[in-house]
Amino acid sequence: MTVTALGAAVRRKEDHRFITGKGQYTDDINRPGQAQAYFLRSPHAHATLKKIDIAKAKAMPGVVAIYTGEDVAADKVGGLICGWMIHSKDGTPMRAGPHPILAQGKVRYVGDHVAVVIAETLSQAKDAAEAIVVDYGVLPANADTSKAQKAPEVHSEAPNNTVYDWHIGDKAATEAAFKAAKHVTTLEIVNNRLVPNAMEPRAAVGEYDAGNDALTLYTTSQNPHVARLVLSAFIGIAPEHKLRVIAPDVGGGFGSKIFIYAEETVCVWAARKCGRPVKWTADRTEEFLCVAHGRDHVTHAELATDAEGKITGLRVKTIANMGAYLSTFASSVPTYLYATLLSGQYAIPNIYAEVDAVYTNTAPVDAYRGAGRPEATFVVERLVEAAAREIGMDPAAFRRRNFVTKFPHQTPVIMMYDCGDYKASLVKAMEMADVKGFGKRRREAAKRGKLRGLGYSTYIEACGIAPSQAVGSLGAGVGLWESAEVRVNPVGTVEVLTGSHSHGQGHETTFAQLVSSRLGISIDNVSIVHGDTDKVQFGMGTYGSRSGAVGMSAISKALDKIEAKAKKVASHVLEAAEADIDFKDGKFTVKGTDKSVDFGTVALNAYIAHKFNPQELEPGLKEGSFYDPTNFTFPAGCHICEIEVDQETGVATIAKWTAVDDFGNVINPMIVEGQVHGGIAQGVGQALLEGAIYNKDGQLVTASFMDYAMPRAHDLPSFDVGMTVTPCPSNPLGIKGCGEAGAIAAPAAVINALTDALGTEEVPMPATPQALWTVIQKQSRAAIAAE
Amino acid sequence: MPTVTLTVNGRSVTADVDARTLLVQMLRENLHLTGTHVGCDTSQCGACVVHVDGKAVKSCTTFAVQCQGAEVVTIEGLAQDGKLHPMQEAFREHHGLQCGFCTPGMIMAAVDIVNRKGAVDEATIREELEGNICRCTGYHNIVKAVEAGAQAMTGKAPARQAAE
Ligand code: FES
Ligand code: FES
Repeated sequence: MTVTALGAAVRRKEDHRFITGKGQYTDDINRPGQAQAYFLRSPHAHATLKKIDIAKAKAMPGVVAIYTGEDVAADKVGGLICGWMIHSKDGTPMRAGPHPILAQGKVRYVGDHVAVVIAETLSQAKDAAEAIVVDYGVLPANADTSKAQKAPEVHSEAPNNTVYDWHIGDKAATEAAFKAAKHVTTLEIVNNRLVPNAMEPRAAVGEYDAGNDALTLYTTSQNPHVARLVLSAFIGIAPEHKLRVIAPDVGGGFGSKIFIYAEETVCVWAARKCGRPVKWTADRTEEFLCVAHGRDHVTHAELATDAEGKITGLRVKTIANMGAYLSTFASSVPTYLYATLLSGQYAIPNIYAEVDAVYTNTAPVDAYRGAGRPEATFVVERLVEAAAREIGMDPAAFRRRNFVTKFPHQTPVIMMYDCGDYKASLVKAMEMADVKGFGKRRREAAKRGKLRGLGYSTYIEACGIAPSQAVGSLGAGVGLWESAEVRVNPVGTVEVLTGSHSHGQGHETTFAQLVSSRLGISIDNVSIVHGDTDKVQFGMGTYGSRSGAVGMSAISKALDKIEAKAKKVASHVLEAAEADIDFKDGKFTVKGTDKSVDFGTVALNAYIAHKFNPQELEPGLKEGSFYDPTNFTFPAGCHICEIEVDQETGVATIAKWTAVDDFGNVINPMIVEGQVHGGIAQGVGQALLEGAIYNKDGQLVTASFMDYAMPRAHDLPSFDVGMTVTPCPSNPLGIKGCGEAGAIAAPAAVINALTDALGTEEVPMPATPQALWTVIQKQSRAAIAAE
Repeated sequence: MPTVTLTVNGRSVTADVDARTLLVQMLRENLHLTGTHVGCDTSQCGACVVHVDGKAVKSCTTFAVQCQGAEVVTIEGLAQDGKLHPMQEAFREHHGLQCGFCTPGMIMAAVDIVNRKGAVDEATIREELEGNICRCTGYHNIVKAVEAGAQAMTGKAPARQAAE
């Protein structure tokens, strides 16, 4: 028997089914009698729906049913919700327009849901959708974030297309700091819009059981219980005990599968209405058009410094694009997940941020890997790098001068950093990256006609989301604890039911490692159950790098209870006082003797209940926990990117990537490193390749993998990943979370390297060859003019 | 409806399919071999890669009727007699997968790369994986896995292989 220690790079338990093609994703599920759904989507970015004629389509072969917004209204199906209330500066609540699951009266972005056709086959559904005649009254549209507040109104509820104008920090004190500053650095920043593009497109199967009047929804979700709660309590599909949500294997999420969308809601509603299981699977184009996008900020940012190179103030004005409707957590992303991180790793005495959230005729924008924190890190790390250059200080030295060094540290923007050692990760990264040898490498590159640059990103994030009372006071509509149940079987094997959801993170392995190490049983004797609301009591799901820090802490708490009860049982088996029982390495021992019994025997005795009085001690061995964290966790670290730009073509090639992260204690370094790699790739994608582009009519011109550049193997180097550890004091395992770090750190590191290489701060994202070539041309024209 | 007969993972199968049925649809819907995935609609992602007559093919871009009489191997047919293929082993050993969605296509493409090029090194692998997208791993561990799988398949050390 092998007991796996925490910190061991155990190979993943879940891999066997994936490498043999036996994974079970939502689209792999087919129910008897199932019909196929196809959505007729708006080809216009903004239009009134004057008339929808379905008569001809309804008579087409294979058609089971066609529903429109009128049917939704008649059935009193509620709209989709945004679960985080933000208040504007003047105290008024955010102004949100309704978000029906099928459009009513108006469509607001290309891809908006006009009707659903349910047919025997997908081809028949598509053919029938083509026969629906829609009379659109086309309206002027706007997709541009910076122009939104003067653009045609998207929702009458939100004048000037402004959902809220929010602020945080001390305005007067910050203004005073800027007045007194020796130097002010200013940047105009566009944080480009991204499409999450999990490789598994979203999918859903809704099924109605008439015998029990109950519904089941199979869906690609990161948080099936939250989906059930919203579908039940807000949309009114069915009461929770009559609605089962199953999220089986899910092929990546990155945030995009947190949200409750129109399509799965329609599938489960329509299943009862038409009496057939209803299946829908997005094709990639639909995924591009309708999945919640990420980022899309326009920001004016300023940093004030004194004569000693100390940061004295930071000021930010951001316009955040929400798209055409508020998605499930959209309102929280550019506010409490963004502006609260604007202190970065630095002791900044004065911060003031204003954020206007705006409607446009584009797909809704919500949390995407990092969610607000990549945007904040980009602002802070670009400002810091530019400020250092402007005042003639080495960027690393400038950072060190301003690092927070004493903990706990209260920032001016809510967060209280609990622990960290920012100098340690910077120093280690600089050694691994051989920063000392950079000058030589740069000169050598110049001989080959290449411009070589080096950029830092010393990022911080707030993860382990989140203490329920704290987020409640900031407007969250839910608590953000996690639940776990540990069931020990009579033979000593263990099932853990967790509210976390794995869609690539490897919970089946890391969670089992925790149980194995605590109970001294083989990892093979532990199974992790998740993703089914009929099995797991409740859960908040997986996002915000929370499943280690919060999800595993819940398991740890349940294991404490298991151990306490098992000790009681063991004391009867060993005929000793409970206080004299020690539990270690899977054995219960009477202190100071060699009398012992193993965990499996104790488990069996807990169930047969022969050795103790069941009136005093309940039989069985099963415990649960709802764990609520005491604070956010604060992963932090340093990424260094070294890049070369070809002067002739503008092609940028990453020469070297170094990452040193502090995630607190690590359960499985192999899995943690994998998370870092994936995050960096998405961050590099944002910096160099990816950008969702709408044209002036609101058409998404990047709606396929031919037009939207996903990072491919040859776009990326291998990564040099190291770690430093300051154990997190806010949870029992000392874990901080690792899922988003790479995506948060990387864009600033890339752009700081490019601006270093090119000698100008004006490098846009994505820094495509064309964009860089244009910058180089501008530079050389300016150089010629100066001569 | 045309009738197609082909061999899939060593078994002869016959199905009546619509002429426009794609190979991937036939595999997933008629034969319930759901290990082959669909990740895009523009022949870009490689989630659907299978082997047809020993060559890697994007099954989302191949009609079932084109495969009349062909020998098709999918991810489900790669392990032999209950023993994993060395490339499957390598993906597990080197953590070459996270969500697993791209994995069947990656493994089938990787086996094909080694069949064509032998013991490939990092640079060759990165070029050759051009037609396969993974959103989870950042490719770092996929590249390591393919390198190790190639070594196990060929018994040779990795080397730079010329582009075609
Ligand atoms: S599904 Fe075949 S290439 Fe994407
Ligand atoms: S492992 Fe998720 S897409 Fe590759």
